[in-house]
Amino acid sequence: MLKCRTVWKKLAPLARASSNVCRQNVRRTGLTNGRIPAHVPAAHMSTGPAGGGRENQLYILLVGATFLGGGVYAYRTVKGDQQRYQERIDEISSRPHRVATQVPAAPILSEPPVDIVPASLKVPSHTPYLLIGGGTASFAAARSIRARDPGAKVLIVTDEPDLPYMRPPLSKELWFSDDPTVTETLRFKQWNGKERSIYFQPASFYIPPEELESAENGGVAVLTGRKVVHMDVRGNKVKLDNDTEISYDKCLIATGGMPRNLQVIERAGEEVMEKTTLFRKIEDFKSLDKVSRNINSITIIGGGFLGSELACALGRRSNESGLEVIQMYPEKGNMGKVLPEYLSNWTTEKVKSEGVKVISEALVKSVTCKDDKLEIQLKDGRLVKTDHIVAAVGLEPNVDLAKSAGLEVDSDFGGFRVNAELQARSNIWVAGDAACFYDIRLGRRRVEHHDHAVVSGRLAGENMTGANKPYWHQSMFWSDLGPDVGYEAIGIVDSSLPTVGVFAKATAKDTPKAATEKSGTGIRSESETEDTATSPVASSTPAPAMVQHKDDYGKGVIFYLRDKVVVGIILWNVFNRMPIARKIIKDGEEHADLNEVAKLFNIHED
Amino acid sequence: MSYCRQEGKDRIIFVTKEDHETPSNAELIPEDPDDPYEEQGLILPSGDINWNCPCLGGMASGPCGSQFKEAFSCFHYSKEEVKGSECIDNFRNMQECMQRYPELYPQEEEKESSSQAESNSGSVSATPTEGSALPPETDSTAGTSTSESTVSSDSTSPTDNQIAS
Repeated sequence: MLKCRTVWKKLAPLARASSNVCRQNVRRTGLTNGRIPAHVPAAHMSTGPAGGGRENQLYILLVGATFLGGGVYAYRTVKGDQQRYQERIDEISSRPHRVATQVPAAPILSEPPVDIVPASLKVPSHTPYLLIGGGTASFAAARSIRARDPGAKVLIVTDEPDLPYMRPPLSKELWFSDDPTVTETLRFKQWNGKERSIYFQPASFYIPPEELESAENGGVAVLTGRKVVHMDVRGNKVKLDNDTEISYDKCLIATGGMPRNLQVIERAGEEVMEKTTLFRKIEDFKSLDKVSRNINSITIIGGGFLGSELACALGRRSNESGLEVIQMYPEKGNMGKVLPEYLSNWTTEKVKSEGVKVISEALVKSVTCKDDKLEIQLKDGRLVKTDHIVAAVGLEPNVDLAKSAGLEVDSDFGGFRVNAELQARSNIWVAGDAACFYDIRLGRRRVEHHDHAVVSGRLAGENMTGANKPYWHQSMFWSDLGPDVGYEAIGIVDSSLPTVGVFAKATAKDTPKAATEKSGTGIRSESETEDTATSPVASSTPAPAMVQHKDDYGKGVIFYLRDKVVVGIILWNVFNRMPIARKIIKDGEEHADLNEVAKLFNIHED
Repeated sequence: MSYCRQEGKDRIIFVTKEDHETPSNAELIPEDPDDPYEEQGLILPSGDINWNCPCLGGMASGPCGSQFKEAFSCFHYSKEEVKGSECIDNFRNMQECMQRYPELYPQEEEKESSSQAESNSGSVSATPTEGSALPPETDSTAGTSTSESTVSSDSTSPTDNQIAS
């Protein structure tokens, strides 16, 4: 519509001009009945008073030629304007859509992105491998494809302005960095002093999208700031938000998801939304870091992995800044949906010792903004006043493309439904947070962890290059909550399942910190998959003295059972034993005595 | 002595070191080294190189991936007395390519890479050693160690042999 108006505006003066020319020509050639005006416009040659036949013919020819010339000029000007206009619109819409996230209320205090990779205007019209989404799963797939298909050309399309990066440090290591410029560099130092960036690869690793088609040895190109809005499965092509079409041979959907929000906050209005952070991306980390330095009180709603990690990270800061950190959730204890109750209670105590005010069994009834402060009303009557809220209440998998692509969405777990080989339809695979896949051992599930994104991305890449392998290598996850509590887990770890926990007394040697120092690697989970980054929390203050009593869950192994078969294992403060845990899950056997199984882990050793 | 407690559906057992000294009688299913589903190590059962091995750290997929593959394949299949002696040109190509991307392939790792690549191709070692952690943002650690701890989970067969009773 805007286009039409602008084009018309451009056309109008020309139209007027040409219609003037028309009218003048018409008058001059004597086609009207009216009198010939005495004054002849200067633009046109005047041959003097109309008269003489031969002169008339010449005159008509001249006028005709001028008219034609004028018409051609008008046409070319309008076309040129249209083109320039289109280019301008392209340029504008190619700028990162940071505001686009405000759609179903994703209220974030975000800064305009500083250093973004400018989106290329020239996009390949065809790519053999198209990866939708620029996160961990996508990068892992790209790497896998390139390894197996020599000279492969891979195009990653992402609506974020950033190149692929890893997410775990955003709620862990980056908060413990001593570097004041960490929000810009996004680098963190591990225990052994080695530094790395959260970006999987620097920009020089990738090739520009416009060079993809002609690249002799292929490569990986990333098109940032572009969203795929429509998928035509029959035609094997997608459409971007700027109406560009890209056709593909094989496509991976790795669109991840968006953080969920609480309905009470969504309904609470603009003022509340401005003081709420939904944490997921780099920009969220940057803005939360800034906000947390300028306020007195912050409340995290949510008691799962992300909420607890952020609470601990901010709680640590509160030592220096005096920031009040509150964490509230409906469960009885931190990680209440993951850890058995006794362990969840123990963990909650640890979180409290990190300086966090924990409010458990809290259901938020309403949130209002009064005198520039937020007031959270809980259902049991308690009122909490705070300056800023971080909502960590889950992830909504992004299945926007399901409709246009005709892909099945799973009603139990959400996400695209795919088979054991991660395939949705003939040339379409799905990996990462958005994939609801069939796990041969554990059944249909959807996993939202970093290692799963790596494993499933890599598998999807293998299958896109002809491997036909099912999801078999079980992914794991880990979490550190302070210097004393660190665990790695694998399989289905749901606190509603019956569990058997085998514990030993912990010594000072059994902490995440000690584990990395001993193995000499700065990254505890490097033993699992490269490119995962974790390092135990840096502790500038001495760890609080552990209360020694009979039931001290220092270190051990917890088995999660379903129909007497171990389907999940947590390694509690014991590290580098994941292969054994993986083996037990893979076997899927019924073990009569789990204490015997626990012996395999040597929990008393380091 | 071990001490046991039941809290609803959750069972908790505390064990001392002595309790766990006797070998486990838990039975594990023996591994099949040729299982096609399993994650493979650097060398596949067929003798070919697994370019997708996480231990290569993406060397085969970066901008110099094809040069790396040529050089390494040449070396791997080399039957010469001095293994890889006919592959000098391939390695030179690879080095030239890597020099064009100093950010991805830090130059001081160069010499290490080539010598390590030679020593590692002969073994599918899964023992996690205290190899240096992956240098940031580089793909050059393929040579540095395949025996880096990344392999421990990926070549599950050797690891499992250690624990199978």
